[in-house]
Amino acid sequence: MSADAVDTSKRRFLTAATAVVGGIGTAFVLVPFLSAWNPSAKAKAAGAPVEADISKLEPGQMMTVEWRGKPIWIVRRTEQNLKDLPTLNDQLADPDSDVPQQPEYCKNEYRSRKPEYLVAVGICTHLGCSPAYRPEMAPADLGADWKGGFFCACHGSRFDLATRVFQGFPAPTNLVIPPYYYLSDTRVLVGEDGEAA
Amino acid sequence: MSLLSWIDERFPATKVWNEHLAQYYAPKNFNFWYFFGSLAMLVLVSQILTGVWLAMNYKPDAELAFGSVEYIMRDVNWGWLIRYMHSTGASAFFIVIYLHMFRGLIYGSYRQPRELLWIIGVIIYVLMMATAFMGYLLPWGQMSFWGAQVIVNLFSAVPFVGEELGIWIRGDYVISDVTLNRFFALHFLLPFLLVAVVFIHIVALHKVGSNNPDGIEIKKGPKGNKWSDTAPADGIPFHPYYSVKDIAGVVGFLFLFALAMFFAPEMGGYFLEAPNFEPANPMKTPEHIAPVWYFTPFYAILRAIPSIGGSAFPGVVAMGAAIVVFFFLPWLDRSPVKSIRYKGLVFKVWIGIFVVVFFVLGYLGVQPSTPAKTLLAQICTALYFAFFLLMPIYSKMDKTKPVPERVTK
Repeated sequence: MSADAVDTSKRRFLTAATAVVGGIGTAFVLVPFLSAWNPSAKAKAAGAPVEADISKLEPGQMMTVEWRGKPIWIVRRTEQNLKDLPTLNDQLADPDSDVPQQPEYCKNEYRSRKPEYLVAVGICTHLGCSPAYRPEMAPADLGADWKGGFFCACHGSRFDLATRVFQGFPAPTNLVIPPYYYLSDTRVLVGEDGEAA
Repeated sequence: MSLLSWIDERFPATKVWNEHLAQYYAPKNFNFWYFFGSLAMLVLVSQILTGVWLAMNYKPDAELAFGSVEYIMRDVNWGWLIRYMHSTGASAFFIVIYLHMFRGLIYGSYRQPRELLWIIGVIIYVLMMATAFMGYLLPWGQMSFWGAQVIVNLFSAVPFVGEELGIWIRGDYVISDVTLNRFFALHFLLPFLLVAVVFIHIVALHKVGSNNPDGIEIKKGPKGNKWSDTAPADGIPFHPYYSVKDIAGVVGFLFLFALAMFFAPEMGGYFLEAPNFEPANPMKTPEHIAPVWYFTPFYAILRAIPSIGGSAFPGVVAMGAAIVVFFFLPWLDRSPVKSIRYKGLVFKVWIGIFVVVFFVLGYLGVQPSTPAKTLLAQICTALYFAFFLLMPIYSKMDKTKPVPERVTK
């Protein structure tokens, strides 16, 4: 090969190698920029567990606490409510809670640790609105078969008092049950599974 | 040596002026539909100007944002005017762009050789929607908050990575101060990207030349007009003919714009929604959530699709597809003619159906959902997609009229 002939294949190889190395470098530089969008240490710390005092909750009442900026409903269900729940099964999309929207210890008939108390994330699984608590029996707007539950005004999804979704409404799954456990008979800690899981 | 020639030796001032204005030959038969491109640019400039001025007093902080907007409205000199120019301008921008796109639709301005011009235009439209969506969060009212919640959750519906993606976009587990702060930064950035893409849109336009109401390629027609022997016979110089015509359009537009801005800046809850006069409250969803009017057709499509197999994703896909389908329009239309003037009855009926369906979906998107309305939305969604997806068939079988050699009046 003469001194001034151009070795084009070598040149092409070097060009490609330079481009690849440059590309890899660019990809690495992207990491901090993309990662900066994830929750900061402060936002993560704000996601710590919260405690709720349920001693003043009467049967049929609901209270709301805030955990990770989301409303957490705590409902004390009546005896009648608990009896009604199994009768709704054939109208529900996932009556047995097969979709893992709850901790293992809440995959039961009542979707709770204690049948009486429901603890759920009050955010619709469709597009994140917060449904309204509608405990009354057979109100005019929800129909004669309504046995109490939650109604999402945004897109019309309906949930029973175990926050299981009714068939044929936009919400795809039951509402999420957060991890929680009882610190005592009247105090609940939302955000942790606890040891007795 | 004159100052201009001194500049011309260093910067192509005269060359650019001539190539893009004084000696840029546009078809001589433009009608009022051709106002909306220049009006869109006017609104973009107005939005940037008023937006920068608002940013001088606005605080992108969850504690302060709502109050700072009220401060602008009440205490800043002329702040109410600047803010109403911006909020009315957002709606005006979409009105003008929808009319601009409709012009392209009826005159076949997306057809060969303007496919890329059309695609760049759709990119502008998508960027505009992103900008408008992020801007709507900034006043930090109830509708700002819950609207953003619903839209960001669209991303959370993506299978497998959705949950992580939603958190990444928000920077938190819910829409929060972090989200507000970053949306403000992006809302400031995107308009400048828009300016860049609009520039590319015009570069592409001046390469292929404007279409016209007859859908005739004037560059393929006879040559020679009053100004040049080589320019198309059916062309006239953009400046002064169309620059002056566009000024007439600007006057008419500003008249209507001022009417809206001074007498109905909220437009009965369509430009500024009532729940947005209440500060954001993450614990309480408003009774009824509806996006601003310019998103409602797509929102209605989203709601029309029920969840399938435990996932809300199909609705999200349908909504995305309703926008993405515009990109393919140049290849869906197989008609031998471009303009609606020479298309047959079938195409005209389909365009009519599309317009009606778009308005009905827009109406349904602001209404609370009932079973009857959901059914209507489903029918309209089917027709919306049929307009596009059946176009290769009906545009081909349509009976077209012969296209004249030269442009008509």
